[in-house]
Amino acid sequence: MTNTFEDITKDSDVIMIVGSNSEEAHPVLGMWLRAAQRRGAKFIVVDPRITGLAENATIHLKLRPGTNVAFANCMVNIILAEGLEDKEFIQSRTDLAKFEELKELTAKYTPDYVSSICNVPAEQLRKAARLYATAKAAPIIYCLGVTEHSTGTEGVMSLSNLAMICGKLGRPGCGVNPIRGQNNVQGACDMGAMPTDYTGYQKVHIPEVREKFEKAWGVELNPNPGMKATDCFPAMIEGKIKGLFIFGEDPVRTDPDTHHVIHALTSLDFLVVDELFMTETAKYADVILPGCSFAEKEGTFSNSERRVQRVRKAITVPGNMRLDSDIFTDIMNRMGYPQPYLTSAQIMDEIASLTPSFAGISHARLDSEEIGGSGLQWPCTSPEHPGTPIMHVGKFSRGEGTYYPSEYKAAQELPDEEYPLYMMTGCNLYHYNAGAMTEKTPGLMELSGHSYIEINTADAEKAGIHSGERIRVSSRRGTISSEARVSDKTNPGECWMPFHFLDGNANWLTNAALDSIARAPEYKVCAVRIEKIPEDEAYDEEGNYITQAMLASKRFAEYMEQMSAAAQCSGDLRDRATVTESNDDCSKRYYK
Amino acid sequence: MNEKCIHVTINGTAVEVAEGTSIICAAEQAGIDIPHLCYLKGLMPEGSCRMCVVEVTRADGIQEIQTACTEPCYEGLVIETNSLAVVQYRKSILEMLMTRHKTNCFSCPQNGRCPLQAYCLEYGVEPGEFENPVLPRETENPFFTFDPNLCIMCRRCQRTCSQVSGRGAITLVGRGYESKLDVPYIHIDTEMCESCGNCVEACPTGALSKTDGVQFRDWEVTRVRTTCPHCAVGCQMDLLVKGGHFVGVEGADGPTNHNRLCVKGRFGSYKFIESDTRLTDPLIKDRATGTFRKASWDEALDLVARRFTEIKNEYGGEALAGFACSRSTNEDIYMLQKMVRTVFGSNNTDNCARV
Repeated sequence: MTNTFEDITKDSDVIMIVGSNSEEAHPVLGMWLRAAQRRGAKFIVVDPRITGLAENATIHLKLRPGTNVAFANCMVNIILAEGLEDKEFIQSRTDLAKFEELKELTAKYTPDYVSSICNVPAEQLRKAARLYATAKAAPIIYCLGVTEHSTGTEGVMSLSNLAMICGKLGRPGCGVNPIRGQNNVQGACDMGAMPTDYTGYQKVHIPEVREKFEKAWGVELNPNPGMKATDCFPAMIEGKIKGLFIFGEDPVRTDPDTHHVIHALTSLDFLVVDELFMTETAKYADVILPGCSFAEKEGTFSNSERRVQRVRKAITVPGNMRLDSDIFTDIMNRMGYPQPYLTSAQIMDEIASLTPSFAGISHARLDSEEIGGSGLQWPCTSPEHPGTPIMHVGKFSRGEGTYYPSEYKAAQELPDEEYPLYMMTGCNLYHYNAGAMTEKTPGLMELSGHSYIEINTADAEKAGIHSGERIRVSSRRGTISSEARVSDKTNPGECWMPFHFLDGNANWLTNAALDSIARAPEYKVCAVRIEKIPEDEAYDEEGNYITQAMLASKRFAEYMEQMSAAAQCSGDLRDRATVTESNDDCSKRYYK
Repeated sequence: MNEKCIHVTINGTAVEVAEGTSIICAAEQAGIDIPHLCYLKGLMPEGSCRMCVVEVTRADGIQEIQTACTEPCYEGLVIETNSLAVVQYRKSILEMLMTRHKTNCFSCPQNGRCPLQAYCLEYGVEPGEFENPVLPRETENPFFTFDPNLCIMCRRCQRTCSQVSGRGAITLVGRGYESKLDVPYIHIDTEMCESCGNCVEACPTGALSKTDGVQFRDWEVTRVRTTCPHCAVGCQMDLLVKGGHFVGVEGADGPTNHNRLCVKGRFGSYKFIESDTRLTDPLIKDRATGTFRKASWDEALDLVARRFTEIKNEYGGEALAGFACSRSTNEDIYMLQKMVRTVFGSNNTDNCARV
């Protein structure tokens, strides 16, 4: 985020939200946004689905999934055509040659043209553009609805073009603000868990940078940028990646196209998983190393605002688990690199010594009275530096602001006769990703415990499907069963599914098509077909109707039992062959 | 700052405050605590419980009783927070409240941190006869319960729901003495109620209480300040630990949440840690049978180092990769990528940012 949660929700008169259901995915931000709505801020919500915020928005652009780039280009087109741009800002702070390029590229994205791409009225597009451009302060808030597309990077850049021509950067209540999904995904990128960057986005391919790290670490480093995680999976199948260490991820449940992920993991020569639980991914490991959760260690998380905040050890859980940083140190030493065992505070000192934007950050300072528990926002370049709440004030970090004009390209898999519906995936209020944490809280499972799919009334009627019925959902990659929830939240021809549940996991269906630049998968668009469950599968032997909830509780009970067995090492786990069955096979096995 | 300053006298002490400051805030700045029940920082004051009454003498000599949470400071105001009249007034307020509050401190999770209990002790008010018919407790929500017999109608929960959580799931029904709060947990209206529990945290008595709250008394717990492990808002919270085990979570005053939490943060952040499904020992798989067996750290780590080294020697470092967890700490992630770069010898390290 270029700005802070506080200024974008308190100092703005218009708020543009693109592809973010903050009320459920980031509920405390949702609370601040509702407060902004109450104080009279006008909302432009760009989302294919009627979310809570969309319902109360001044303008809701219920656009077709995967058409964000066309939308953003259209905003630029209207603003320039009507002369609503911030000419002063464009002149003084941005690259004028690139601006001309943007102007040229967006010329064809007229409201009438884009109206047909996005399936929203041209007049609504005009109204939205005017509202955003004429606001005193207006942030763009976006989330995975923008990034999880094969054109995700273009989507982000187009939004940044829009903010730039309106001069809505570098001041309170403005900016381009991605709301990061996970607690420390900002930190994971900042810390150099990236194939192209060391800590603080220092590039692997720059010789001086590499030399600095070689000197500090006392070892020669590989000069070639590495492979992105999503590219690693095909590389495993091709045999280019032979050994993999996974720290706390569950790609079998969270990555698109589950069959493909399992194929990749089983192609490996050696897989090590550092985990808290026997996850679906851990089952494929050769070695599982038990690590520690956030409450058993000292450390820091960096939130979406680049704010580094403390995490503290609260308890010790009985068992032989080890601190994860110690596990990595163990392996480094055993593989011949003399790495001393460091405390979390010492590790942060090493990070600060190698990372200019973290130079002023230490555990001692974060715990000090000076900071008062509010964390520090990087860039924080010295122990006296107060941190940086708002980026690009007065000047862009890179100097002159630039534009990235991008053409709209359709999603990679579009509905056709066989798979006639667009399917999007997303998060609900009660769960978090694959549910490793939330599914172990019985109350949350009680409030939301099984897979469901939101389908439009017209599509449901066509297929003879009623709300609450267990239905079959298929894509080119798999078939699952899920509970139908019929409403007009999505448009006809579009449906939406949460990705949290073990039963009917949406990722058996999703498409592993990758963004050409950031390599994020297209979770937000794939083509599916919905059908009634055949009579003979809908009922059990005694003639009772099998609901999705029943299926889920059976599946979940078995899963938890396996996890406990693994934890006590008392039972055999399913072998690799049986694990690959999809959810539908499970239902047959339980009830037939 | 060109903010106008106002000068007042509180219990004989001269105090200077910004214009518009309420008496209760001015007193707080002077280190004087004024008893209150319906007043809660962050909510619009409404002066309905009248516990915060004080005696004020204006510059023009007019004397009156005012509620300190709603009354702003005026220049020259003289304030007495504990005059005889004020104490009498508060005592009668407490006596009235106690006729509607079914005293069962013994089994109440709020015991020891309940301001009503503390004020009754301070002002010498004994539990009166509970005059109302006993109403059933509402226990439908998995995380908290509503006991209407303990409700003193301060409406902090209702105002928190609408002003802090921005929801408006709690409403007031009935009029006058018959009025009561309608909490949505009876039928768990998940459209309106997000089960965030901010209302529970706002309740001064035990009318709204966490289901897990029965496991501890306030004075038995240690609070450990940390950052929520769920989304990237980065809410600050306290983990409540009793005897080495988690018993709950409370919101803290962090820069992004100011005491707010959501249902995941408040209720979904600690049960998984002590779940009996936690792996406690390294496991090694027998590739032939597909089953895991327990191993010592030495055996497991030796195997990991040996196999990775073999692959590296045979195919080069670029045949190895290591993924970091975007849920773990910065320090862990740093060490993981350092491991990949120094001993794997490749830059094949990434995190789940893309997925």
